[in-house]
Amino acid sequence: MKAHLVLMSAVAITLGAASTGAFANKANDTLVYASDSEPENVSPYHNNLREGVIIARHVFDNLIYRDPKTGKYEPQLATKWAWANPTTLDLTIRKGVTFHNGDPLTADDVVFTLNYVVSPEAKVVTKQNTDWIKSAEKTGEDQVRIHLVGPFPAAIEYLAGPVPIYPEKYFKSVGLTGFSKAPIGSGPYRVTKVDPGKGVTMEKYANYWKGSPLGQPAIGKVVFRVIPDAETRMAELMTGGVDWIWRVPVDQAKQLKTAPNVAVLSAETMRVGFLQFDTLGRSEKSTPFKDQRVRQAVAYAIDRKAMLDNLVGGGARIMNSACFIDQFGCTDKGVPTYSYDPAKAKKLLAEAGYPNGFTTELVAYREREYAEAVIGYLAAVGIKVNLNYLKYAAMRTLIREGKAPMAFQTWGSFSVADASAFTGNYFKGSADDMTGDKEVGKLLTEADTSVDVDKRLKLYQEALKTIAEKSYLFPLYSYPANYAFSSELSFTAQPDELPRFYAARWK
Amino acid sequence: MLSYTLQRLVVAISVAITVSIVAFFLLHLSGDIAMSIAGPESTPAQVEAIRKEFGLDRPLVLQYLEWLWRALQFDFGDSFFFRTSVVSLIAARIPVTLTLGAISLCLSLLVAVPLGVLAAVYNGTIIDRLALSFSVIGQAIPTFCLGLGLIILFSITLRWLPVSGASTWKHFILPSIALGWYAVPAVMRLSRNGMLEVLSADYIRTARAKGLSPRVVIFKHALRNAIIPVVALAAVQFGFMLGGSIVIEAVFSMHGLGYLAWESIARNDFPVVQAVVLILATIYVGLTFLADVANAFLDPRIRLA
Repeated sequence: MKAHLVLMSAVAITLGAASTGAFANKANDTLVYASDSEPENVSPYHNNLREGVIIARHVFDNLIYRDPKTGKYEPQLATKWAWANPTTLDLTIRKGVTFHNGDPLTADDVVFTLNYVVSPEAKVVTKQNTDWIKSAEKTGEDQVRIHLVGPFPAAIEYLAGPVPIYPEKYFKSVGLTGFSKAPIGSGPYRVTKVDPGKGVTMEKYANYWKGSPLGQPAIGKVVFRVIPDAETRMAELMTGGVDWIWRVPVDQAKQLKTAPNVAVLSAETMRVGFLQFDTLGRSEKSTPFKDQRVRQAVAYAIDRKAMLDNLVGGGARIMNSACFIDQFGCTDKGVPTYSYDPAKAKKLLAEAGYPNGFTTELVAYREREYAEAVIGYLAAVGIKVNLNYLKYAAMRTLIREGKAPMAFQTWGSFSVADASAFTGNYFKGSADDMTGDKEVGKLLTEADTSVDVDKRLKLYQEALKTIAEKSYLFPLYSYPANYAFSSELSFTAQPDELPRFYAARWK
Repeated sequence: MLSYTLQRLVVAISVAITVSIVAFFLLHLSGDIAMSIAGPESTPAQVEAIRKEFGLDRPLVLQYLEWLWRALQFDFGDSFFFRTSVVSLIAARIPVTLTLGAISLCLSLLVAVPLGVLAAVYNGTIIDRLALSFSVIGQAIPTFCLGLGLIILFSITLRWLPVSGASTWKHFILPSIALGWYAVPAVMRLSRNGMLEVLSADYIRTARAKGLSPRVVIFKHALRNAIIPVVALAAVQFGFMLGGSIVIEAVFSMHGLGYLAWESIARNDFPVVQAVVLILATIYVGLTFLADVANAFLDPRIRLA
């Protein structure tokens, strides 16, 4: 036993040096939040994972701020903005804002960021977020002019979302590789440590500019920890090792409600779960999905209401269109819907030449139980599905390489309240487009770029109708977010699935 | 002894190189690496340019030799996913896995060997039966169940130990018990059988006839010979623990080498997988080599055979 104690002490000494332990709680003024996935790169333009969006909104500033309560746009880094014409936007950049390394933020940084993200070498992961920008130029000491590729009324919404501003001088000196290890922004929190695959540590930025619509952050240190296992996350919360977790399964949320020192919150989010089919038939197992009847059969085979009642819970709704219903332009009026009808599914399969079903594969990356439920429903009508459950980046690669016949996807639209942020990503010919329907692409491009509000609504409706009719993409339901956090923490959730720790307080 | 050691060393190095060759070619067969680096949105021209830049257009044998040459200098390139050097990733993760493996092994030996000896000495009695039942039950409990059970008892109910992470020595207690548990039944049965065999040997009867106390007979005369097969097994078990710590690392969120390997396989992160395979194979082969040498040292018959 003595030997074992000696060994333990030796280990403790070795590890003590490399200790990264953060003590979560009010006493240490450290908020630790945990999630199961980590962005491959903390540079906001180089990941499309929700965890990356959270880091982006705490470390970087946007040009424009959208108040989540009222939906109104307010000045952030831009004090004023005005459309010179439908493809030209003029902005006045705020003075007195500094980056975390002390460099002042100027119009040059804004121009650099916007020109960098549209350059091919930037390799932005989600093109939809930036491909509306043609270029940016400096037109005065604090004046920036953005030239758009075409009219794009949702530009303001994007500037208030997935388009954060980078420091030109620092970025150029360290490059993307250096930046991903030590990102510098002008936001309320500065990154003090990036542990690839393990987490990110942020500290309150003491010189964050006064008068920001985000307010001054109250909590001194915010630590993001990657904890892959859901039970472990729950145990950490119950024992105070972690202050905040989310995506808590319904049954765990019920359990946690009875735990002392833990508060549970459920709310609908903008995230939508859906099945996407490789209608291009790029692999052998995708062949059946080239037939519209097979895709419709899948839609009829799944009992979404039962899934909502038994698995999803917490304020989620069934979705019938390829977008989140409250986004501008999203509608299910005149869009065909699919009720649960396994007999009809079998009939359609027989008509398509698969009376005994077929075998295929489903890729998925989140809530495994949802994917398994879908597989169960499909098995009941004769479609045997093998589940390939992966990390998001790996799944995305398979989809983009045409190696995924069917995908259980979810999309949170980068919290952008405009249908362009959802539908366009999957139907305008990007790498995530598994359909390649040029007609739908054209309708959406026109809808995204029209300045006529009524025309936009009409075009989106038309595109959404075609998508549903041909069952290119089968929407399941919106996702609820079950948050659970320390009762010492004052935290409010927003439907955009973006926890704002800069607005959280200790009680 | 020296010539025996050299012989074993040559075998060990050959095995490590063979494993690295197999891993290299298997990974190269599993997909186009140039395409993985370039990303799915790249043009064929960009893929070709990368193929040239990374030397992927040359014969595989040349590529392997170059990779090996670099690997021998500890240069494993950059991770495709994290875009940081593989060496820095592994350096950050390997201490966790080695520490976890070492503590787990010590714990399992400290429990299993005395238990095995006890079962052998009291062969056929209730103690023997209890020890055997314990080993059967131990074998039947899945590692992750045990891990979660330990968390519920020691972290949530008693609040003695942290749930997850690897930043202090306290973080290593529960995962080490969970991982070490896995090796206990095998080591226990082997020490029991080894001990039973030795206890029925002539020289033990002689020792007893000389009137030596049971303690001297067991600890001075029997144990050294009974323990020989356990040394080899312990080395193999340690290798298993390094590779098999993936589940424990996931449950206790320890971010060691095992979990990194699993994540990298899921992401097709070729440079990381290749490096981790080589490192784990080298450690495994090295351990087996050390076990062989230790056995030869303990038992002259082995090196003279």
